[in-house]
Amino acid sequence: MDAEIIAMLGQDGVTNGAIYALLALALVLVFAVTRVIFIPQGEFLAWGALTMAALESGHFPATVWLLVGCGVLTLAVDAFSATGRRTIGRSVLWNLAYPLALAGLLWGLPIAELPTAARVLIALAIVVPMGPMLYRVAFQPVAEAPVLVLLIISVAVHLAMVGLGLLIFGPEGSRTQPFSEAQFELGSLMVGGHTLVVLGASVVLIVALYLFFDRTLYGKALRATAINRNGARLMGISPALAGRLTFFLAAVIGVLSGLLVAPITTVYYDSGFLIGLKGFVAAIIGGLASYPLAAGGAILVGLLESFSSFWASAFKDVIVFTLIIPVLMWRSLTSHHVEEEE
Amino acid sequence: MNANTQTRAAAAAPSRLSPKLVLGVFMVLLAAAPLVLPEFYVTLLNYVGLSALVALGLVLLTGVGGLTSFGQAAFVGLGGYTTAWLTTAQDLPGWLAFIGSSPWFTLLAGLVLTATVAVILGSVTLKLSGHFLPLGTMAWGISLYFLFGNMEFLGGHGGLSGIPPVSVFGYTLADNGQFYYLVWAFVLAALFTTRNLLDSREGRAIRALKGGMVMAESMGVDTSRARMVIFVIAALHACAAGWLYAHLQRFVNPTPFGLHIGIEYLFMAVVGGAGQVWGALVGAGVITVLKQWLQDILPKVFGSAGNFEVIIFGVMMVIVLQRARDGLWPLIAGLVPVREAQKTIDPAAAPLPRKAQPPMGETILEAKDVTRKFGGLVANNNMSLHVKAGEILALIGPNGAGKSTMFNQLSGVDTPTSGDVLFRGRSVAGHSSREIAGLGMSRTFQHVRLLPKMTVLENVAIGAHRRGSKGVLPAAWRLDREEEARLLREAAVQVERVGLKDFMFAEAGSLALGQQRILEIARALCSDPCLLLLDEPAAGLRLKEKQALAELLRRLKSEGMAVLIVEHDMDFVMSLVDRVVVMEFGEKIAEGLPAEIQKNPAVLEAYLGGV
Repeated sequence: MDAEIIAMLGQDGVTNGAIYALLALALVLVFAVTRVIFIPQGEFLAWGALTMAALESGHFPATVWLLVGCGVLTLAVDAFSATGRRTIGRSVLWNLAYPLALAGLLWGLPIAELPTAARVLIALAIVVPMGPMLYRVAFQPVAEAPVLVLLIISVAVHLAMVGLGLLIFGPEGSRTQPFSEAQFELGSLMVGGHTLVVLGASVVLIVALYLFFDRTLYGKALRATAINRNGARLMGISPALAGRLTFFLAAVIGVLSGLLVAPITTVYYDSGFLIGLKGFVAAIIGGLASYPLAAGGAILVGLLESFSSFWASAFKDVIVFTLIIPVLMWRSLTSHHVEEEE
Repeated sequence: MNANTQTRAAAAAPSRLSPKLVLGVFMVLLAAAPLVLPEFYVTLLNYVGLSALVALGLVLLTGVGGLTSFGQAAFVGLGGYTTAWLTTAQDLPGWLAFIGSSPWFTLLAGLVLTATVAVILGSVTLKLSGHFLPLGTMAWGISLYFLFGNMEFLGGHGGLSGIPPVSVFGYTLADNGQFYYLVWAFVLAALFTTRNLLDSREGRAIRALKGGMVMAESMGVDTSRARMVIFVIAALHACAAGWLYAHLQRFVNPTPFGLHIGIEYLFMAVVGGAGQVWGALVGAGVITVLKQWLQDILPKVFGSAGNFEVIIFGVMMVIVLQRARDGLWPLIAGLVPVREAQKTIDPAAAPLPRKAQPPMGETILEAKDVTRKFGGLVANNNMSLHVKAGEILALIGPNGAGKSTMFNQLSGVDTPTSGDVLFRGRSVAGHSSREIAGLGMSRTFQHVRLLPKMTVLENVAIGAHRRGSKGVLPAAWRLDREEEARLLREAAVQVERVGLKDFMFAEAGSLALGQQRILEIARALCSDPCLLLLDEPAAGLRLKEKQALAELLRRLKSEGMAVLIVEHDMDFVMSLVDRVVVMEFGEKIAEGLPAEIQKNPAVLEAYLGGV
């Protein structure tokens, strides 16, 4: 193994690591605010990537129908439990009118001729709203349940979403166009343009999230909810709103990660899970609480993965997921009080 | 909830069926099934049995113990691959070849291997808070799946074939109908041993895990050990299922041991009703049959092949957890009116041995200059107090004075920053509350910590945990009945002693709050203590109940018990206790007889403000 290979593997590792970092941040965020361990994060990634692939090949993306279905379901749940006319009105607007309008718009657009930026926006517009809808339907009715129940629901939602993914995308995988074909020479190292896009996008997203949480009222409301749900509720922050907002952000991060990862590897309907789980390993390194540790862990996971795929490619996933054992051991040695759980 | 238990108690009329009869009918049906059913259904029942075995482990782990594993399929794989490799591989070294000579030896080998792996995984994850275990098992489930698929000697993704059939007493089980009896013998053995285990001293300790670690530890339960025990038992059940699977199929490959199957096992336990051993059977039946059926019809509906049943399973799971978290078993049990078997208390059982009680007047508990700081906040500052045998001491003070923190320092829940706590002359600061409980200190909680679904009697029996010694295996095989009778007798004595005799077999959750507090005292007494720490025992009690409680405490005192109570009700305190210690802002501001304290200017100032 010479310096060039090390540099290449390192570049691969950091690129993947940046994507895992985004996922890890979303997982930490969702867990902190809603106590949901968000297994379906990977499905948002896969759906985003496959929607983009459909748009690129000029097809009408079938995820729109999923959006319409999700919307109708959410509206039904809202109608079943809502109290005021205004809430219903808003629900009709977001869960029925918006998906139908989007479907109509896409029907009229010449999909094959759209510029990349428009495709990105459309992919976001289709998949992201399903995040808050999912929260409303699956999690909001049991928001106060123990972490374990929320986790099992989360796994159940993941399974259902994988099945739906297979139904609408089929078993074939897709790879999308990189956002940049450029190549840069850095000494003896060739750096791909897409690598820079991934790193740049990750940094921009992380900074944007930081600003959102540090500077905006909604961001502060989410932080307050993460620290003390009841306290936040007494200050007038609706936990339901906080949950939906969190799932919205997680979906944005999921879809963007999907768009970033699809030019690097072929994405199948079920690829999201393994990619998401690697984000998990990173998030667990951060104890599901610390953002910087989670991001650092993600880079570590990315590097470990790229180097182990060089030495023992068949055992790449074994090595990455076994990493969790020493991490958990280290965590269990550093925490030594008897914990009281609900 | 309350109304529910009442109607059930009222309906426990003679018109109900005896549990033995229902069980007998079930056994006959089970035994006759392969003789009358077509081959297809016998095979299906074999798979139901295998799944039920795994789900049963999860009932114990998740439903009873509150821990979760998505990686049970990997343990099934461990059992399956161990026997597959040992019985088919050529050129094994001598001792391995010997193990491989009979499937029964490989079953043992698989169980030993699985227990080892489970202990290692458990020691890494079980100490962490609840959600790390499922995440860890998820990761380990994936790793093992890829390992099975990538190991040359395990046949890679193609798997291993040519596994020999199992022989029982020289009789070879070659077809599905014969194997059926082996599968269900395993399932029934697991079912009854699990049920026996839950109805024992160790079982109560396992069930106490859900009531909170602090309570269980204070009652002398080693909670880390209890968690490990159920994790290992669940893994062993899964391993046995894997062994059966390998010899039923006579072939293994990695597919049935993947994470998705692990998730399916958990679904079975939850759908069936994770708190009940019979729930495992129901869940395994429903999911296995439903899967078979959906795999038939869904591809026709959707026009292509794929695992579409997971969509239905996922949605079903969300609905079950949102609408009926106890699963299907309670619904089914409601259809067959079975009489509930009541525990019998054997008044002739030998009393449990008691510790030698300290002589009247001996100093039992002494706190010396105890200081506890949380960062910059000094919650307790130089607190000193002592309690003697045959004395009731009250610790009082306004809200936020640091009484609860002090209580935690004394009972071993927390460790003082400086200073010492002596229990019968021995330093106990920094010792675990479990150890302290063993020395003869027992306590109640400000916020009642009971197991609401368990009877009053069983709740109280948890207190006697350290006075018994029979472990998991004797409990599973009913070799603990003599000790169990003695423990229950002791619990019954304490229930009567505190005046809850009429509620002996009621669910603890159905009692009024005041009665629940009294129940906690009975539970504390059950550990044969010489010191009782009572955290606001009179809160929520009515006048009559308060008088009865005061009467009980006076009687305990006259028997030589040392009692420390934290209490807000001044009438109750002043008429009952021998001495009072008053705290404010983490410090002791007064100490003395009740009459002196009532006139003390510093105390009046603290309670009423400056005049």
